[in-house]
Amino acid sequence: MNGYSMLSIWAVIVAIAVATYLIRLSFIHLFGRVNQVPTRVKRFLKFVPAAVLAALVAPQLVTPSAAVTEMVLDERLLAGAVAAGVAWWRGDILLTIISGMVALWTFQFLLF
Amino acid sequence: MTGNETASAGQDEPADSDARTALEQNPQGQQLLSRLLHVDFRAGARDSIGILLGLIPFALVFGIAADGAGLSILQTVAMSAGIFAGTAQLVMVELMATNAGLAIIVLTGLVINLRMLMYSASIAPHFTEYGKRTRAYLAYFLTDHVYAVSIGEYANESRDRDKRLYYLGLGVSIWLVWVITTVIGYVLGAGIPASLNLQFAIPLVFLAILVPAIDAYPQLVAALTSALVAIAAALAVSQTGLPEGADLLIAAGVGIGAGVAAEEVMGR
Repeated sequence: MNGYSMLSIWAVIVAIAVATYLIRLSFIHLFGRVNQVPTRVKRFLKFVPAAVLAALVAPQLVTPSAAVTEMVLDERLLAGAVAAGVAWWRGDILLTIISGMVALWTFQFLLF
Repeated sequence: MTGNETASAGQDEPADSDARTALEQNPQGQQLLSRLLHVDFRAGARDSIGILLGLIPFALVFGIAADGAGLSILQTVAMSAGIFAGTAQLVMVELMATNAGLAIIVLTGLVINLRMLMYSASIAPHFTEYGKRTRAYLAYFLTDHVYAVSIGEYANESRDRDKRLYYLGLGVSIWLVWVITTVIGYVLGAGIPASLNLQFAIPLVFLAILVPAIDAYPQLVAALTSALVAIAAALAVSQTGLPEGADLLIAAGVGIGAGVAAEEVMGR
């Protein structure tokens, strides 16, 4: 149960769906129209994957804490380190996931 | 999109499916079939498996949360099919469950999804060869995962993929599983035991793409800066009024700036 009318929930869903689509379309549409991406923009775009992926991953591995041991001995951080090692060594996505998950379960078992 | 382009896609791909006999009666069906069987479409679908491992529990959680917030099943499906952005969807229904103002819900959803501007800009150079209509439907599938895996694959030029079909193989698989699993979560209300932490598979996928992407010092600077800022910003979101989703925008923005600056200093 919630306090909204049916219509207002639908309005919110449609608004976000349309807005999200337009965000996704934005540069795909724009750069397609000009048919090439300006060199100055490319200098910035080149760093998007590394920056975005790091920003997506880091908060999932580290929880800021005053106790440094607690922060470092986090099973997610340790499993992430194992997975990063495997990714660097083999460069295979599925193998990275498997080793990371197994490492996570192992550290969870060992640390708690 | 031109007719030539579609006709050449996967022509040489052998097919032994039963569905083929039914479809090959009409040219349109044949066209669709040859695309679905195309080696690059299937490669994309296969590469979605790791993502799905992490997304399935997420979709179940979303379905359960939407039911808990009092949404109808139709509204829940409309969110997954139309918005197709897990974090925004989950935060929106959490806000609905607490009866937050409608403007707040819309604004929060927008801020969370603004990061996709970066994905759009970053992947756009790979799509400039396609027509307006093709680009319009490709944009629809642009999630964190589809972006990350595609950009990782495109970086590997030796694979020589049909960029559109690989991207669609990923996007369509993820979209289908996302919508179907949402319904399962809503109807059955059952989740996968939280102790398995299957959602951890998603940051692992990102990590698997991130590590090989760091091929030079400026990239390392961008990634490390972004990671540190993200951790601090995530803390700020949980403890201050900083809107959810703003943390990623700030971190990636600072990281990109640091990468460009590092390249400048090192004289390329």
